[in-house]
Amino acid sequence: MSDETKPGLKSPLRRKLLMGMAALPAVSMLGRPAFADVPATSAVNTTGLAVTDSEVTVGILHSVTGTMAISETGSVEAEKLAIEQINAAGGVLGRKIKFIQEDGASDWPTFAEKAKKLLVNDKCAAVMGCWTSASRKAVLPVFEQYNGMLYYPTFYEGLEQSKNVIYTGQEATQQIIAGLDWVNKTKGAKSFYLLGSDYIWPRTSNKIARKHIENHLQGCKVVGEEYFPLGSTQFNSVINKIKLTKPDVIYAIIVGGSNVAFYKQLKAAGIDLSKQTLLTISVTEDEIDGIGGENIAGAYACMKYFQSLDNPNNKAFVPAFKKMWGEKTVIGDVTQAAYLGPWLWKLTVEKAGSFDIDKIAAASPGVEFKGAPEGYVRIHENHHLWSKTRVGRAKADGQYELIYETADLVEPDPFPKGYQ
Amino acid sequence: MFGDYSISDLGAILAMQGFAGLILFSVYVLMALGLAIIFGQMGVINMAHGEFMILGAYVTWMTSNAVQHTAPWLFPGYFFIAMILAFIASGALGMLVEWALIRHLYKRPLDTLLATWGLSLILQQAYRSIFGAREVGVELPEWMMGSWQATDSIQIPINGMFVMALTILITIVVFYILFWSSWGKQVRAVVQNRVMAGAVGINTEKVDRYTFGLGCGIAGIAGSAFTMIGSTGPTAGQLYIVDTFLVVVFGGAASLFGTIASAFSISQTQSTLEFFLSGSMAKVITLLTIVAILMVRPQGLFALKVRK
Repeated sequence: MSDETKPGLKSPLRRKLLMGMAALPAVSMLGRPAFADVPATSAVNTTGLAVTDSEVTVGILHSVTGTMAISETGSVEAEKLAIEQINAAGGVLGRKIKFIQEDGASDWPTFAEKAKKLLVNDKCAAVMGCWTSASRKAVLPVFEQYNGMLYYPTFYEGLEQSKNVIYTGQEATQQIIAGLDWVNKTKGAKSFYLLGSDYIWPRTSNKIARKHIENHLQGCKVVGEEYFPLGSTQFNSVINKIKLTKPDVIYAIIVGGSNVAFYKQLKAAGIDLSKQTLLTISVTEDEIDGIGGENIAGAYACMKYFQSLDNPNNKAFVPAFKKMWGEKTVIGDVTQAAYLGPWLWKLTVEKAGSFDIDKIAAASPGVEFKGAPEGYVRIHENHHLWSKTRVGRAKADGQYELIYETADLVEPDPFPKGYQ
Repeated sequence: MFGDYSISDLGAILAMQGFAGLILFSVYVLMALGLAIIFGQMGVINMAHGEFMILGAYVTWMTSNAVQHTAPWLFPGYFFIAMILAFIASGALGMLVEWALIRHLYKRPLDTLLATWGLSLILQQAYRSIFGAREVGVELPEWMMGSWQATDSIQIPINGMFVMALTILITIVVFYILFWSSWGKQVRAVVQNRVMAGAVGINTEKVDRYTFGLGCGIAGIAGSAFTMIGSTGPTAGQLYIVDTFLVVVFGGAASLFGTIASAFSISQTQSTLEFFLSGSMAKVITLLTIVAILMVRPQGLFALKVRK
């Protein structure tokens, strides 16, 4: 694993990788004395985490069985890739990362139980995991009680902040406001039809969207707002309502299998997405795989990462991912955010010079990752990431074409004033 | 709410909404037919019904891929081949399951519930291991996509009409098989009195196996057809199972007419309410109404007198 070259890495990442690899043969020849520059375990681990002179253990906690396996598979793959790359580059404070993977099985109590196992039995130095807000809410008390560190990859509704969590996806305002401003400005959109699956993330997000549309965009209004039970497969009635109200923008936050049904039926009902503007924050390249590119071509998505991004980091990341997980795999926003987790943790540990959770939590704000496939990211005081927001347009081949990106990093604001 | 719209707009919407209701009706009938046959004729509660549907969907996906790679000229018509293959695959699996599992449990109806639920979990994980955890996209021939422009403002989804036509066809075939063919007579004889049917020389075990196979095969066709309107993934079967049971139980478990009547009333209520209220509220009210009616009439809309 350690001497495997990642083709085409042309970034600071590559330099680190090469340095790490160059060092490895020497290290293995010399044996223990070569670790002289590796800080002593007793110094970097004062709280009894699973750290030895040569290894550090982290946990991966996602659903690989059950309904959510569809979404969480990509995150697991990204985290494993990041860990492999970090190990190839010399590990963290000279220690190789070993991971223990647990299956949350799409069941929230199982997530809590497995989180406890990873923290209490395995003494994991960090855990990369969770996907749905429900699973994160289930493990949060466990992480706070046993003082663990969770790197959570999904874009989510905000309204949360914890010393024990780093949120590597965007919170709602980062994803929503820039997108609405963009569609208002460039498309002249005045009327919006808000749709969503019926649970906390779409409801909170649409609430923020509605406040922004009504209070901050001149002369704009919401002409409809609707929610559908998770797993709903029939959308013909609401499509008729959309035809009747003729909104400038359909704003859709539908998730899971419902997504596929919605876009297929939208197309079948004769709504042409090259003429009707549709803006979504819930369809990544992963979902398009199931929906079919031809069914969603023309729709706009607002998030922070698209597989097609043209920057050196991403040009190295995408082939590395495909090499490890197969040519056909696609990389969506959350998969990329999951990839950030292990890297941010490594950088934070190195900044803190310690694996201790309290020191990592304190050192996190200000940690920068210049090798992020989405470009530069930085951890904010509130443990969310500064990141750019981007709008992409879906193409028939299942990829997004970048249309717009914010000039600056957008500040994360999990408790937005005036939006609650 | 309608003050701002012209009469012709409203007329168009009314027509399209009517079709939306009919399409939902067809979807419900197609989902429920297979289950109604198994539940009604055999008294087996098949919790794995959704997984038999998804098997049909995966067969469609594989056929689509195979046709694209080997015989692209066949692609416009591949869906018909796929549906036949889906019927065969789900039907064969159904017969295998009946032989290996269900026939040992006929005297214990509640155990079939547990056994088929276990089976559904096994099948889900099997799909996940074989086809991967992610959803697969089934590519459709061009003519099945899009909509039929009836007038300037009325557009009817082609796949919806396809599902309607398919439902009518399958319903006719099922009724023919059960009520006019000699095999159907045997099935009904076994339902009415198993011992007596056996005594007059009907091979009841064989009848059971083929009935179960038929029900599962129809589920396979339904799954194949639903690739046009829904998703195909290891757990997608779960999306249909609740609605399916609702239709069958509300209709009266032993009656195919009841299944159709209940599919009609549920779909019309659902789609009308969805239009005037929101998606979630429509579901809530539909479910409440069904619960209320079932409290008054626990046997469902239509109940046949059967051997107890």
